Amino acid sequence: MSKVDNAQRYVGAPRPAPAKKDGPFFVMFWRSAVGKKWIMAVTGIMLIGFVFAHMLGNLKIFLSASSIDHYAEWLRTIGYPILPETGVLWILRAGLLGAVLLHIWAAASLTRMNRSARPNGYKSPREYVAADFAARTMRWTGIIVMLFIIFHLLDLTWGQTGVEEFKTGDVYNNIVNSFKRVPVAIAYIIANIAIAFHLYHGAWSMFQSLGINSPRFNPWRRGFSIGVASIIAIGNISIPLLVVTGVVK
Amino acid sequence: MKLTLKIWRQDGPTAKGRFETYEMPAVVPDMSFLEMIDVLNERLIAEEAEPIAFDHDCREGICGSCSMMINGIPHGPERGTATCQLHMRKFKDGQHITVEPWRARSFPIIKDLAVDRSPLDRIIEAGGYISAPTGAARDANEILIPKEAADAAMDAAACIGCGACVAACPNGAAQLFTAAKYSHLSLLPQGQPERWTRAIGMVDEMERWFGSCTNFGECETACPKEISIDFIALLNRDYIKAQFKNRRLSGQKS
Repeated sequence: MSKVDNAQRYVGAPRPAPAKKDGPFFVMFWRSAVGKKWIMAVTGIMLIGFVFAHMLGNLKIFLSASSIDHYAEWLRTIGYPILPETGVLWILRAGLLGAVLLHIWAAASLTRMNRSARPNGYKSPREYVAADFAARTMRWTGIIVMLFIIFHLLDLTWGQTGVEEFKTGDVYNNIVNSFKRVPVAIAYIIANIAIAFHLYHGAWSMFQSLGINSPRFNPWRRGFSIGVASIIAIGNISIPLLVVTGVVK
Repeated sequence: MKLTLKIWRQDGPTAKGRFETYEMPAVVPDMSFLEMIDVLNERLIAEEAEPIAFDHDCREGICGSCSMMINGIPHGPERGTATCQLHMRKFKDGQHITVEPWRARSFPIIKDLAVDRSPLDRIIEAGGYISAPTGAARDANEILIPKEAADAAMDAAACIGCGACVAACPNGAAQLFTAAKYSHLSLLPQGQPERWTRAIGMVDEMERWFGSCTNFGECETACPKEISIDFIALLNRDYIKAQFKNRRLSGQKS
């Protein structure tokens, strides 16, 4: 019979984290997890919008070389002459960078909070019923996408990955010369599969985080996220796939 | 039926726990899960061994005391059922069953399968009530409430505070509990005056103890009362709205 010594008697509930200090409302909002999830949803919508527009523009590669080169040139001159050349482009870039940083910052901070909520995990295997693969791998697909974005910028924006005859502005040839390298094409395809999984959960999850929930359209939310994820996956993967297989050259 | 139980034993809050295996040669299929543990405990007492500590009270699925992970699912494999209402006929003869306590930083183990769930009470204290001096009961039909609103509030009020949502959540979040306790008041007229202070109070208190919601939906499937994560969306939306309004302070100088 096991004896319980007094040192092991139950001494009371655990201590909570300290209460939030008072501050301006937007600081208080950021300090709360619900607020951070709201910001993740809003920045997520911005990033989905970007990924979608980016894909639409890049699909011009299937029309003609001059078509995509012309589109790339147009990006630099939106809003000209009322704004300086590349003015709108830089505003968009700044917005995107801000959204990405907030999204990652919020995710990292929430992950820390969630890890500390269960420091001592289950000792027997869990049986997940609702938490699907996409939802449970959000952190990993997020990291894959982040690393991919860095590689993608080095590859096709700055030409630092040894793309043959890399020339800024020569978009069509740069893409073809990059994607005809098999390992690079595979990396692009894998990264886009990761994006699709990330969006499958994210595009559904954002409705919950924003509190957009109504029996009238709830069944559509899952369909929406499947649609977003598959359109982006198919559109983006088609480019490296058709280049590496030699259909586009 | 014959079953093999692997149960988490832990002598005290700071003791090192371990799984112990118990053979159950003659389990009656009509026993509830807790009755089966009672039988095992009778045997352990007869053998002068320490019986297994576990929480239980009403044994009719309404008190929220019984809390255990059964084969990796809170309250076991049967949906919408608390452990006390889970019958052994739901298991197969010869099956191995692993039983573990809830695990969360704010649910420390007291002994064996019993954990301290008092942090859930702290969330209620932060706004899960209405402040109204009570006198004689008012006529039931004096405050008119649409049937749909009453039904939705009742669905949320079904929460028995067992903590299965926290146990199921990969993040250890208590969002479903808080959302249920928040919503059943905030869907009714009596809950309106304090709605916005309630949203902020309960969410802020919850986040001091538990993880955050990442919309896995695991809590909904574990909930013995099958409370919908739709209430989490309502809580999230009201928390945002509450940032912009606070009726309690209307007309007052801060």
